[in-house]
Amino acid sequence: MLGYLLRRLTILLATLLAASLVVFVVLQALPGDPAALILGTGAREDTLAALRHQLGLDAPLWWRYATWIGGLSVGDLGTSFTYHVPVAELVRQRVLVSLPLAAFAIALSTLIAIPVGVAAAARRGGAVDTGVMGVAQIGVALPNFWLGLLLILLFAIRLPWLPASGFPGWDAGAWAGFRALILPAVALALPQAAILARVTRAAVIDTLGEDFVRTARAKGLTRRAALWRHAVPNALIPVVTLIGLQFSFLLAGTVIIENVFTLPGLGRLVFQAIAQRDLIVVQDLVVLLAGSVIIVNFIVDLVAAWIDPRLRRVGA
Amino acid sequence: MTRLFAALAGSVLAGLAAMATAQAKDTITVGMVLEPPGLDPTAGAASAIREVTYANIYEGLTRIDAKGQVQAGLAESWSISKDGLTYTFKLIRGAKFHDDTPFACNIVKFSYERAMAPDSVNAQKQLFEPIARVECPDDGTAVVTLKRPTALFLFDMGWGDAVMVSPKSAATNASDPVGTGPFKFKQWVKGDRVEMVANPDYWGSRPKLSAVTFKFVSDPSAATAAVLAGDIDAFPLFPAPEALDQFKADARFAVHVGTTEGKTIVALNNTKKPFDDIRVRRALAYAIDRKALIEGAQSGFGAPIGSHYTPGDPGYIDLTGQYPYDPAKAKALLGEAGIKPGFTMTFQLPPPTYARRGGEVIAAMLDQVGIKAKLVPIEWGQWLDQVFKRTDFDATIISHTEARDLDIYARDKYYFNYNSPEYKALYKQFVEAVDPKVQSDLVGKLQQKLAEDEPNVFLFALAKVGVANAKIRGLWYNDPVPANDMTGVSWAE
Repeated sequence: MLGYLLRRLTILLATLLAASLVVFVVLQALPGDPAALILGTGAREDTLAALRHQLGLDAPLWWRYATWIGGLSVGDLGTSFTYHVPVAELVRQRVLVSLPLAAFAIALSTLIAIPVGVAAAARRGGAVDTGVMGVAQIGVALPNFWLGLLLILLFAIRLPWLPASGFPGWDAGAWAGFRALILPAVALALPQAAILARVTRAAVIDTLGEDFVRTARAKGLTRRAALWRHAVPNALIPVVTLIGLQFSFLLAGTVIIENVFTLPGLGRLVFQAIAQRDLIVVQDLVVLLAGSVIIVNFIVDLVAAWIDPRLRRVGA
Repeated sequence: MTRLFAALAGSVLAGLAAMATAQAKDTITVGMVLEPPGLDPTAGAASAIREVTYANIYEGLTRIDAKGQVQAGLAESWSISKDGLTYTFKLIRGAKFHDDTPFACNIVKFSYERAMAPDSVNAQKQLFEPIARVECPDDGTAVVTLKRPTALFLFDMGWGDAVMVSPKSAATNASDPVGTGPFKFKQWVKGDRVEMVANPDYWGSRPKLSAVTFKFVSDPSAATAAVLAGDIDAFPLFPAPEALDQFKADARFAVHVGTTEGKTIVALNNTKKPFDDIRVRRALAYAIDRKALIEGAQSGFGAPIGSHYTPGDPGYIDLTGQYPYDPAKAKALLGEAGIKPGFTMTFQLPPPTYARRGGEVIAAMLDQVGIKAKLVPIEWGQWLDQVFKRTDFDATIISHTEARDLDIYARDKYYFNYNSPEYKALYKQFVEAVDPKVQSDLVGKLQQKLAEDEPNVFLFALAKVGVANAKIRGLWYNDPVPANDMTGVSWAE
């Protein structure tokens, strides 16, 4: 197990290093001088040079890369060009929005999708199955930003129950913060839940046809017991893998949803930072996001191994 | 469980308390599309910095009012020597910064010298270039000596770039702004809002509002929703013109249409063939129907211009009749210049709607006179690099938002490469003129010269279209400088 963990850790670090190099090179190739963007069209050449020096942009490329990576390795993410505060502080504030939002959305989609998928599978071909899968088909086709706008129209304007946009901050109280996340989380979760429900249904239907389920029924287990004790646990592997994959999609989705709901999360930060050529922020965030996707995949592997002992033996 | 209940009850109470203060109506939430990159107007060009801080947090010696006129600021009065070289400012007594640093002449000296220093990162460093020295005969008097007469000096010192800063806090103003203004910075929730509260120690008359929040919403649909839901009280530069009818029909809201300094132009590369030929530039001017363009690209908001000057500016003369829409004349001029039908020119289009939508409308109009327009959308970083810095372009659509910036045509090197010794001579006469009558005369001549040479095709002045709660009084309807001056804003009963 230790060897396995070490190997995974090495892969993690190598991937991060590769990601950092790619993003650094790409950002250098991108036209647009951060100093020119900050100072605009009235700036004189000497002012631009002074600002470039202040931002450390006049140093040689390899030196800039080395100092950035050196800083990262001791946890120093550098200082934002536009906000003039340490990037670590920005990330800390933003994670407090994006992480609860992502967790909320994943929880919501899982809690909706698994019971619905299992129920549909158990009554395959019935009215419930047809109805649920019809709705899921629409859900798969719905873009989350459009769903977000519909939700705003309905629950923030027509019925003034929830805020239309923005985030009051957790200082304003847990409930105020949570309220602001309800609509975006639903907008993110429903299309994901639709996909997840379809996969759950298919996986459960597959396992229901397996020999061991038939054996369980032959032993005298009720349909219900055979379903929950034997079919569902065995159907979970593809479902958990999909939830892990959905996390990466969710990160991409938050960029759009956070813009629709003007939530101050990581997605909106990276979006703004690219437009403003806040290079250090983009670099840090890409590495962080890449890192979190890799870590989530790792966790998914561990969970799968825990669900299915056979994977543990093969993996170790 | 009890603790959880207590926490829930606490947050509900906090929510109710927040609602109660909102009902008292002495606070306001103002919507903005872009979040400012820092809050220091002396270290960045973005309009958003000024839209949050100008006249609210920071003040200069002079100040620009809602009509674009120069008013007294931290200098209560001034006198100018006969030769136009020495400005003696009498300073406000008893003013102090939010960090308790007293305001006196040493602050004026510090602020201007900081902007002029070799390591200065002031985006408008050229505004300070005429200053020879700043002297302090006593705490209440500042004497600024210029190298040469400078017609717009008092106006220039009213820009956000020329505000007074305290030596103690100047370095950290970008994240923690400290000024002398009627509002004190409270907090900046990055990505969401900036909050400020009334300054109890303000030297002037106290503002009527106790707190102001600037909230950043970039998505037009989200902005509409936030105003409809009452999350935002006023959105002075509203990003969704298509939603305006809805607000006009609703008695709870007022729609305000005003003007800005945004001179929107087709900038041409004057050294590149065939745009170095005046006949081609004039043909382009004849080929574009400004009225239809404003209708098609700006939902009808905007005022046609015939030179690089807006109708609200002092000394404006109407030159919109110089090149009336006349495709036949455009074709004739193109023929004279030897341009064959099917000639292709490229337009670099930065992100704003006026450029992207405007480009499509203009392409259709140019098609009528036999010119194929190739439209290339680019983002700001690329525009600054390719068009502005390297001047590698045919044409671009751009709005010049700096007020009264006739000087850009007198510069030796500026991206559209207009180089006219006559214009330069006229401009020199203008800045060095001391008599206001002569100045105003020369402003007219400068506009005429530009309209005659048509280095760029002058299109329209961007409108300022705002939506606000109908009960709000005192907002600026025009945008003579980028600002949301909250000092005079209040709620009607």
